[in-house]
Amino acid sequence: MSAVLSYREAVRQALREALARDPRVFLMGEDVGRYGGSYAVSLGLLEEFGPERIRDAPLSELGFVGAGIGAALGGMRPIVEIMTVNFSLLALDQLVNTAAALRHMSGGQLNVPLVVRMATGAGRQLAAQHSHSLEGWYAHVPGLRVLAPATVADARGMLWPALEDPDPVLIFEHAQLYNLEEPAGGAAQPVDIRRARIRRAGRDLTLIAYGGMLPRTLAAAEALARDGVEAEVIDLRVLRPLDATTLLESVRRTRRAVIVDEEWRSGSLAAEISARLMEQAFYDLDAPVGRVCGAEVPVPYARHLEDAALPQTPAIVAAARSLLGARPA
Amino acid sequence: MSLTGIYPVPLGRDDAVALVHQMLRIRRFEEACAELYGAGKIRGFLHLYIGEEAVASGALAVLGPEDAIVATYREHGHALARGIAASRIMAEMYGKVTGCCRGRGGSMHLFDAATRFYGGNAIVGGGLPLAVGLALADHLERRARVTACFFGEGAIAEGAFHESMNLAALWRLPVLFCCENNRYAMGTALERSESQTDLCAKAASYRVPAQAVDGMDVVAVRQATASAAAAVRAGGGPQFLEFRTFRFRAHSMFDPERYRAKAEVEEWKKRGPLHTFTERLKAQQLFSEADFARLEAEVAAELQAAIGFAESSGLEPVEDLLRDVVAAEPPP
Repeated sequence: MSAVLSYREAVRQALREALARDPRVFLMGEDVGRYGGSYAVSLGLLEEFGPERIRDAPLSELGFVGAGIGAALGGMRPIVEIMTVNFSLLALDQLVNTAAALRHMSGGQLNVPLVVRMATGAGRQLAAQHSHSLEGWYAHVPGLRVLAPATVADARGMLWPALEDPDPVLIFEHAQLYNLEEPAGGAAQPVDIRRARIRRAGRDLTLIAYGGMLPRTLAAAEALARDGVEAEVIDLRVLRPLDATTLLESVRRTRRAVIVDEEWRSGSLAAEISARLMEQAFYDLDAPVGRVCGAEVPVPYARHLEDAALPQTPAIVAAARSLLGARPA
Repeated sequence: MSLTGIYPVPLGRDDAVALVHQMLRIRRFEEACAELYGAGKIRGFLHLYIGEEAVASGALAVLGPEDAIVATYREHGHALARGIAASRIMAEMYGKVTGCCRGRGGSMHLFDAATRFYGGNAIVGGGLPLAVGLALADHLERRARVTACFFGEGAIAEGAFHESMNLAALWRLPVLFCCENNRYAMGTALERSESQTDLCAKAASYRVPAQAVDGMDVVAVRQATASAAAAVRAGGGPQFLEFRTFRFRAHSMFDPERYRAKAEVEEWKKRGPLHTFTERLKAQQLFSEADFARLEAEVAAELQAAIGFAESSGLEPVEDLLRDVVAAEPPP
């Protein structure tokens, strides 16, 4: 076994463990089998588990996501892979009108133990139809749990608890993270999929990020530390339901917060978090809540334009400094 | 397609009378719903099945408790025929906590886990992928069950229909696709929405065996469903049945019916499934006026009890509004 484990390998290992552990689990999606997954996540699983359980689906997002819901109702524990969040829009009806609504609409009779994984985010010059961050839309919907693993350990440890959740869980894997490596840690550590996690302790302000924004937010915290500013970094991890307790506890201590979110600013998850901090911690704040979000454009192809459209470490540092500048004398 | 009324009813008396009973239950239930809607007891959208009773009555008569049913927003008939108590359906219409979905679903979203009744779906075509998945679970678990999926001909214009047909055929899944072709998708006639109006040809293009059935003839529906379901259950993959039927009432309670001629409706009413079938049975001395009167009385009593139950039931406490959005006990 190699000394390091990549995010991609961690997801694969989590899939392998789940498939081995529970015969009801199967993986279904476009090119998950023979091709090995469009991001090579499921490479080798077809040979290990066969075509019934590593099920290649045609380009029918609405159809196979709905089939995943039906199979979950029929007693299975399906894991559906959608190539990217942009393509998930073709399945939005089944996810929102059926998966999320069924338990309540049926008066509690029917639940949908379905896991849907998909890649999200920009950074690879794939332009406007493969690069968006729409997880906040899903985080808007009651009845769904929305997860965003930002570390190799979370990529490995979130899948099993997601499968144990009796309700639909969406897992957003940022495409930029698949090559992220961490020292291999042996067995998977179970992840509490109800809680955010403090990735770096600090006293001067709280930086809140998730998924692909976590590494650059941690980099911003390091840059700030060189100037003597100790930023606390919270990895949201769970986009719905939000772990307001962890956020509020931190912000009440640091009295300042910047939210880093790759999504478009208007109506974003960052907007929701900001509103909650205002509602519940207004008198603890020493400065208005700051936000560093994606520019409000369809993500462009050219490298320099794509970079300009995304939250970058210097912008996070600048936003933090401007908040600290507002510190009362 | 079979021709109504020419061939003898190939059923024993008990089976035949059971079909009359089922169709009559649905007819009277729907008539009561229309009245109660007028009286303000039922709100929201209400889609009546009057005229189409032969389809649910005939098809569900030959499916077993192990099978799954997926239906549409015009599903009171299917729910009744599946065995959900009329009282629980009526209470659902009333929005009462004793309703089959505690009053959360209403007319368009009836569910019943106990009878494997998976809705009630107010998204046209929304039930088709669900049916494919239920069948996929049976396929993976090697269970000889059938998932019967009802949808209107309007759903055939949706991508969900085509994706679902392809998936079911590709994976040879045990789905019985039951298209209720009542000729109008709300107000849009089939000819005005489909370049190819031969619906069986569409199914056949996915290599799904397809058959058009006289949906006004409850016996034809019953026979066709029995043989198609047997083929599905035997592992032969999906089957497609097109039931040619007609709704006698408006699309919903808000429909002024500007899109079709009264003469067309009157013409179809002559083929009404209830009276044509009872006439055939009478001609064969399998059924009498006295039998009909007895069934009417039985149905009236059931309906009266259902309405009484709905009237006297309580409402779900508002404190429970957020109950069952997700599990009460999330995972550790």
